[in-house]
Amino acid sequence: MSGRVLVGVKRVIDYAVKIRVKPDNSCVVTDGVKHSMNPFCEIAVEEAVKMKEKKLIKEVVVVSCGPQQAMETIRTALAMGADRGIHVEVTGKDYENLGPLQVSKIMAALAKKEDALLVILGKQAIDDDCNQTGQMTAALLDWPQGTFASELSMEGDKIKVVREIDGGLETVKINTPAVITADLRLNTPRYATLPNIMKAKKKKIANVKPADLGVDITSRLEVLRVDEPAQRQAGVKVETVDDLIARLKEAGRI
Amino acid sequence: MLLGFRPSLRLLSPRLQLLQSRCVQSEHPATSAAVGSVLSALRSICGEGGVSFGAAVREQHGRDESIHRCCPPDVVVFPRCVEEVSALAKVCHKHNLPIIPFGTGTGLEGGVSAVKGGVCFSLRNMDQVLDLHPEDFDVTVEPGVTRKALNSYLRDTGLWFPVDPGADASLCGMAATSASGTNAVRYGTMRENVLNLEVVLADGTVLHTAGRGRRPRKTAAGYNLTNLLVGSEGTLGIITKATLRLYGIPETMVSAVCSFPSVQAAVDSTVQILQAGVPIARIEFLDDVMMDACNRFSSLSYAVSPTLFLEFHGSERSLEEQVLTAEDITQSNGGSDFQWARDAGSRERLWKARHDAWYAALALRPGCKAYATDVCVPLSRLPQIIVETKQDLMENRLTGPIAGHVGDGNFHCLMVVEPSDPEELHRVHLFTERLARRALALDGTCTGEHGVGLGKRALLCEEVGPEAVKVMQRIKDSLDPTTLMNPGKILP
Repeated sequence: MSGRVLVGVKRVIDYAVKIRVKPDNSCVVTDGVKHSMNPFCEIAVEEAVKMKEKKLIKEVVVVSCGPQQAMETIRTALAMGADRGIHVEVTGKDYENLGPLQVSKIMAALAKKEDALLVILGKQAIDDDCNQTGQMTAALLDWPQGTFASELSMEGDKIKVVREIDGGLETVKINTPAVITADLRLNTPRYATLPNIMKAKKKKIANVKPADLGVDITSRLEVLRVDEPAQRQAGVKVETVDDLIARLKEAGRI
Repeated sequence: MLLGFRPSLRLLSPRLQLLQSRCVQSEHPATSAAVGSVLSALRSICGEGGVSFGAAVREQHGRDESIHRCCPPDVVVFPRCVEEVSALAKVCHKHNLPIIPFGTGTGLEGGVSAVKGGVCFSLRNMDQVLDLHPEDFDVTVEPGVTRKALNSYLRDTGLWFPVDPGADASLCGMAATSASGTNAVRYGTMRENVLNLEVVLADGTVLHTAGRGRRPRKTAAGYNLTNLLVGSEGTLGIITKATLRLYGIPETMVSAVCSFPSVQAAVDSTVQILQAGVPIARIEFLDDVMMDACNRFSSLSYAVSPTLFLEFHGSERSLEEQVLTAEDITQSNGGSDFQWARDAGSRERLWKARHDAWYAALALRPGCKAYATDVCVPLSRLPQIIVETKQDLMENRLTGPIAGHVGDGNFHCLMVVEPSDPEELHRVHLFTERLARRALALDGTCTGEHGVGLGKRALLCEEVGPEAVKVMQRIKDSLDPTTLMNPGKILP
């Protein structure tokens, strides 16, 4: 086994930004808006780097799909301790239509090419909230999956994953190679410090196109319209309980 | 007084009269009437949604986190850019209306109390981080940006802004009050970290204290207007932009807790660690009363005795050296073994006791309020003043757990007081005056980081002397001749 871990990271609009929809309702405004690494991807990178520091794995390879700016996100992961990066170049309309199915095909192809022991992804991206890429990647590879991981431990050639589920915590043991998706409480990601940012500039980022990996990225989905959530309406104050009941009846609520 | 002003109320339009009666009773009817007549002017500048008359909104903008009572303004405006701030100021200037700048309302000295009514300028909608220059270690921010929001914005650059007062305060507000935090001992306070300010004066003039867009790391050009405005608590102008000095995020951080057999031993260790030249990042003191409160509040099991919380920043190698020196010193003063934390999770748990100090103090006597004293003395006087203060607290049966930035010679007594007990309030008031005078007698200051605000004006005179106060008054008179800027603060 290579002892290599593949980590996927996505460049998204920063969580602190107030999102605005374009006037033509085609998509959200991204020009001039602050972008950063998806928070769950940060947690995925941190986990992989921790595993390397504990000498459980040998190499952390970070992957991002997108235009030139995706390189910034890869550099941040390198500054956090990843060893090298792979930039899968997808631009223009192709990038606007890029979704979990295409990304999981790319991740699956890279996992095979890099002979990965593990693929670690964030559980979901904060822009589309799809929560699909990890699961689809595992299915395409026919690998076991440990999703919503809040705790990971290697036990020989198996992995014990504590998963956050609706009812509480579920512990599963899965064979490797496997796909893991990181949930919020898996770890607290480290900050990139200046010396590490400097070192990261010297680390290698390979450039590939989806076609080089034999992946067709045409989308089967078409976004028809994007709208902001409805504006909150003002409330109404009433003087008596009878008033309240009358108003509720009027509104068809009771 | 109200009787004399009744005629003017009758001159108001019926709608305004209705609004007046629905609103929190204004204590300044003349000002309210004047505000009423400029409403349309205010609305034409910042839009219908940018002017608020609502009682709840005005109350919210008339108080901060101090125990000073709420003094709501007559109206709150929400400008969106410096041009609007300037236009609004011109309107206020023309009609002689007080101007009160408002950031996050997290001050501790009543700085936003509209004691003469007037127009509160809430700057929260100006919330952009502008002009980040990572290679030059500087960034410019608007008043709506808080320190945590800035550090989150900067997280991928390897830089941070280290000044960290307890609250998630507006950075421009922090400049206005010359705020400080737990790591001032290493990184300084706002005074050392503001490079330039954009300020709107009472007559609407827009001033760039170091020149528009300028951000050299040092300058010898002319009077230091930047630092004149830092700490002016809204009495000289409204800060609409601040250019701040940034630092590299430390490579490694290590925290430790050490308990001592006496206050003297803990404070002596602090002084010696600093004299040994250790570039310690945080050195916080909690007395035994505070440790007990923290143990109860956060279910911890620290020793109930004077304790130091320490934090070291640097490379792995420099940390080894710093820690060795510090441990040597604490042990020679009878300190316990260090309790350590390295990774982010354990460091947070270690510091939790210190961060929850305020709430832990309040929990000692549920239903009570708390007031923090803020004296600061030269390091060598620290042991004496803390020991004397604890004696004073015991003799006067006051609850005042102590927590403080001993690395700066600054400590806070968190006075927990029953707000409905006038006798206790009086005892606390006398205590805080004695404490302030004790600090002044030891070459210190009555306020290390919270500001003068409403409550310390008399002490300011004692501290800087009548000549300095006269000069301050002359500066105030020349920048704000009609005393519109935040009346009732700093100067008596």
